[in-house]
Amino acid sequence: MKTLDVVDASSFRDDIPAFRAGDNLKVYVKVVEGNKTRVQMFQGVVIGRHGSGLGETFTVRKVSYGVGVERKFPVHTPIIEKIEVASRGDVRRAKLYYLRGLKGKKAKIRELRETPKEVAKSEG
Amino acid sequence: MSHNVKGLLGEKLGMTQVWDENNRVVPVTVVKAGPSVVTQVRTPEIDGYSAVQIAFGAIDPRKVNKPDAGHFAKAGVTPRRHIVEVRTPDASEYTLGQELTTEIFETGQVVDVVGTTKGKGFAGVMKRHGFHGLRATHGVNKKHRSAGSIGGCATPGRVFKGMKMAGRMGGDRQTTQNLKVQAIDAERGLILIKGAVPGPKGGLVFIHTAVKEAQQ
Repeated sequence: MKTLDVVDASSFRDDIPAFRAGDNLKVYVKVVEGNKTRVQMFQGVVIGRHGSGLGETFTVRKVSYGVGVERKFPVHTPIIEKIEVASRGDVRRAKLYYLRGLKGKKAKIRELRETPKEVAKSEG
Repeated sequence: MSHNVKGLLGEKLGMTQVWDENNRVVPVTVVKAGPSVVTQVRTPEIDGYSAVQIAFGAIDPRKVNKPDAGHFAKAGVTPRRHIVEVRTPDASEYTLGQELTTEIFETGQVVDVVGTTKGKGFAGVMKRHGFHGLRATHGVNKKHRSAGSIGGCATPGRVFKGMKMAGRMGGDRQTTQNLKVQAIDAERGLILIKGAVPGPKGGLVFIHTAVKEAQQ
């Protein structure tokens, strides 16, 4: 799709932080009510990123009052005010669909601890 | 033919998406259109109808035969690969050798796009005509994708003409009507058309004013 890079360039966002499945995200979404716009936060676990390029999307899952809620966003959508990575998750899958069948403590994702070796590597 | 028709040839580059003013995703086809040149103006006095002939695409001048080379020389332009005619009552407003670019269209306008569909080769009736095929079970043997009956027995004693059967699919000229022009990039000569247009990437497409636009 290199031929269309010039068309897509204007739509790409460069303010999106790097994140992957398992990370806990705070997504600040612009909500339009009538003629007013306000920002609403949606916090949850990324259970997967899908697609590539401009059409890439990601799914955020949270459990709200005991009910699982999933929201899918295009990565480069203008309705996202900003994204904050609350914590990194230690997971071994790219898609965490298994979380849908789990609740409570079993649905917990371990936080990724940077080992001293990795820290040394990134500094060195 | 009451309203003026504008047309432009181009190359389909592929599809992508953009966001509109309401932040909704719009699927678009990117077409690199123009510059096309006017090679002939048809007038009712000489040709019996009113139209403008436009040409598009680079070609090696050595590959152009003498009659075509003479035709392009008469218009005072370098030879092009493709030629089409746009029937429009205002043809007399065009001049020979005039360059047409994406500026003839405007954002939000409705257009028709003509292209040649992708060739699918020899295709069965399920793919070619949308038949449902036969059952998967209940004793059906090696006929799951076949058509079933193609007619009667001794009456009429033949298969009717035009019966839908397997055969070559695709590679046909197709017009997709009433597509909206989402955006125009005049600098790069690109037109972003909402939705899909016929043909493969790199295929020739002909964009013109929608014939049914006036009725809407």
